Amino acid sequence: MTQPVFWALVGMALVVIGLYGLIVHAHLLRKILALNVISSGVFLVFIALARRAPRDGAAISPGPDPVPQAMVLTGIVVAVAATGLAVALIVRLRAMTGRTTLGDEADN
Amino acid sequence: MALAPSSIEWALAVVFLPLAGALLCFLAPRRAAALGLTIAALTAASTLGLTLEVVVAGTQRTVLGGWGAPLGIVWLADGLSVTLMAMTAAVGVAVSVYAAAYFRDEHTERAFFWPLWLLLWTALNALFLSADLFNLYVTLELMGFAAASLTALGGSAAAVSGAIRYLLVSVLGSLFYLLGVALIYHACGTVDIALVAACIGDAPRPAVQAAVGVMFAGLMLKTALFPFHFWLPPAHGSAPAPVSAVLSALVVKASFYLLLRLWIDVLGGGGRWLAELLGLLGAAAVIWGSVLALRQERLKLLIAYSTVAQIGYFFMAFPLALAGDSAAWTGALYLALAHGLAKAAMFLTAGNLMRFGGHDRIAELDRAVHRLPLTLTAFTLAGVSIMGLPPSGGFIGKWLMLEAAFRQERFGLAVVMLLGGALAAAYVFKVVGHAFTPAVRSRRERKIPAAMEWSALLLAVVAILLGLTLPMIWPLLQIGGPAAALSAAGAATGAVA
Amino acid sequence: MTPPGYRQGDGRNAGGQAETAAGARARGQIPSWARASIALLLLALFGGLALAVLSLSSPAPGLSEAVAARIGESGVSHPVTAVLLNFRAYDTLLELVVLVVAMIGAWSVGTARGCGGDTPGPLLRHLPRLLAPLMVLAAGYLLWAGAHSPGGAFQAGSLLGGVGILLCLSGRPLPDGLLGWPLRLAAMLGVIVFAALGAGVAALPGGSPLGWPPDAAKALILSIELAAMLSIGFILAALFAGGRP
Repeated sequence: MTQPVFWALVGMALVVIGLYGLIVHAHLLRKILALNVISSGVFLVFIALARRAPRDGAAISPGPDPVPQAMVLTGIVVAVAATGLAVALIVRLRAMTGRTTLGDEADN
Repeated sequence: MALAPSSIEWALAVVFLPLAGALLCFLAPRRAAALGLTIAALTAASTLGLTLEVVVAGTQRTVLGGWGAPLGIVWLADGLSVTLMAMTAAVGVAVSVYAAAYFRDEHTERAFFWPLWLLLWTALNALFLSADLFNLYVTLELMGFAAASLTALGGSAAAVSGAIRYLLVSVLGSLFYLLGVALIYHACGTVDIALVAACIGDAPRPAVQAAVGVMFAGLMLKTALFPFHFWLPPAHGSAPAPVSAVLSALVVKASFYLLLRLWIDVLGGGGRWLAELLGLLGAAAVIWGSVLALRQERLKLLIAYSTVAQIGYFFMAFPLALAGDSAAWTGALYLALAHGLAKAAMFLTAGNLMRFGGHDRIAELDRAVHRLPLTLTAFTLAGVSIMGLPPSGGFIGKWLMLEAAFRQERFGLAVVMLLGGALAAAYVFKVVGHAFTPAVRSRRERKIPAAMEWSALLLAVVAILLGLTLPMIWPLLQIGGPAAALSAAGAATGAVA
Repeated sequence: MTPPGYRQGDGRNAGGQAETAAGARARGQIPSWARASIALLLLALFGGLALAVLSLSSPAPGLSEAVAARIGESGVSHPVTAVLLNFRAYDTLLELVVLVVAMIGAWSVGTARGCGGDTPGPLLRHLPRLLAPLMVLAAGYLLWAGAHSPGGAFQAGSLLGGVGILLCLSGRPLPDGLLGWPLRLAAMLGVIVFAALGAGVAALPGGSPLGWPPDAAKALILSIELAAMLSIGFILAALFAGGRP
């Protein structure tokens, strides 16, 4: 198994572990963390596979493919924004109801 | 700029105008409503310009940055995308007029509604234009964040918790989609839809199957297809009325549109197994959503469950289209358009009733029909389209799909469609019936601005009229169909599928 | 993904004790057999995803050659920066918009309650005076370095965000004069500059949206990055503060 494939498998494992955490944990902060684990896994898959050997007959390899790196950088910023927004909403929910889990909301 | 704007300028306008408007509204919150209305009108006009351009000259490509497909990003405006942009514009203008009146006295909500709503519009148009799988991911996230923030504007604990659930689901769905994009990039070395379509046949099988699986799962989650619909009613039911209208009418359609693009343009009609699964889930959604809608006691939740049911119809087109029956697609798209207009009208009327009586309990509508005749007319007309009675847009869509089902002898699907229509009639008449009967308790009454009644009514009337415009919309939907997308060159052609 | 319709009990108590009790009850809602079957399902999912990865182990298609071939026209020499700010600049523009949406969303939810902490300790009171200028300097360097080596607007912006958080933690209030539109403008500067230039170059003869003319590309990219860095830094700090000022 080559290194890129190994790290891509690790990324897939992170996705699945994060998904498990997202499903079984009720606390919203844990759900946010689980989503971040999933996104790290996705980014790792994306980046790791970019280091595979280039096509046969290609010119001298100019280094790892920069396009996935740029995409992952975009993805990271999006993930940060999601986390910030979600935490702001959770803080608000806790201020209103004292809860940090999702439940059935009573009609207001 | 030349005297007559070119297609590039129209395309630029439909994305950059609402973006600029959002920034302006955020900078000058006091003038947000006036600015927002102006920008909404201008955006709608640009959408019309782009649509006419596509009607006259066929599919329009805009090469962003001048780099071209594998290296850069390309915008593609074909019949499907401009049709959905046009629906967005129609709903967008009506909702903007409604919101200007709805938020008039609420300073904070007004200050944040306008920038977020215009950003959502930006995201929708950007999504409909993009022909790049990774760029589509960014637009999906943009749409999800704007939609979740708008949901929370309701301010109640239910709204905030609905918004959180919505945000979590939306981010999870987008991440699944992104995982698929990563696999496709590493299988094909490109994320341009046309180039991916050309390569996907030779790419490693397991990678393609996994990519399609996770992308579809993510988008089904975002489209709220049964059994992934659990997040939709709390979010759509607790947001402010104009926001619910936008979420149900437009946001759900955007992820469905993307599913359709992947299915038709990338997979070229896709696998039998997946199509049957989607059709089955769609049928389950129609029944389950309709039954739950019938059992709701609050109007907004009833309308939200009705959305769950209507989404089911769209997915029942997948197995019907397997046999190369393009009428099934046209039917599903027609249903989606009609649902967008009618459902937006319904949520707006729900907002009127809620403001009028201070609640949305169906059993206590208390002769609302005498006091808000325009609102109840709008609700009933929208209901006609949701039920699928002639001559509404909903009727045409359902008719096309039923016809396809009978042609292929898929009687099970046909029965579900008819049953869904009957259940829809039951829940619409449940509301209308209570609007005629006096309630035990009498409630406070607030005056409803005319703009809020008329915008809902106009949308409902358009949903009905949509049934009469089939000869205009059918050819538009065919512009740049699958055949054109499959050729990697994809030059500006108006090929008819 | 909590199942719809499970009860949380009385959630109106705010104490930490009650929190954990409610959490435990909620966790109790997922029995161990259900957890085990979830885990098994996810294991199967992992199997499928792993197969997909393994099927990709053949030589990689990619765009490194395409990038290398045209990097000379991009105005920068670092390939990742060239992709981010030239070849796929539109993604980066939308990504800045995503940040703006997240901030407006956070502001719409409520007012910022400060950055925690009551009175900052001696370390927090004095350290920023030393660290903040250094961090700003480092951010400036990262921005400049992005043209030819790892670095760029996002790395520099995160550093500036760190400065903002540090200042916030040290309890320094923002001057009142900044609280209105100047603050909002700071958040949106990146998008404004990016979008205005991107739409502006489309009006040049033979131009396309976001198509930087090769001889002006370096200057355009640097000015966009400068504005983006300021906005990113500000938005990250604002998200940390968690609400409108």
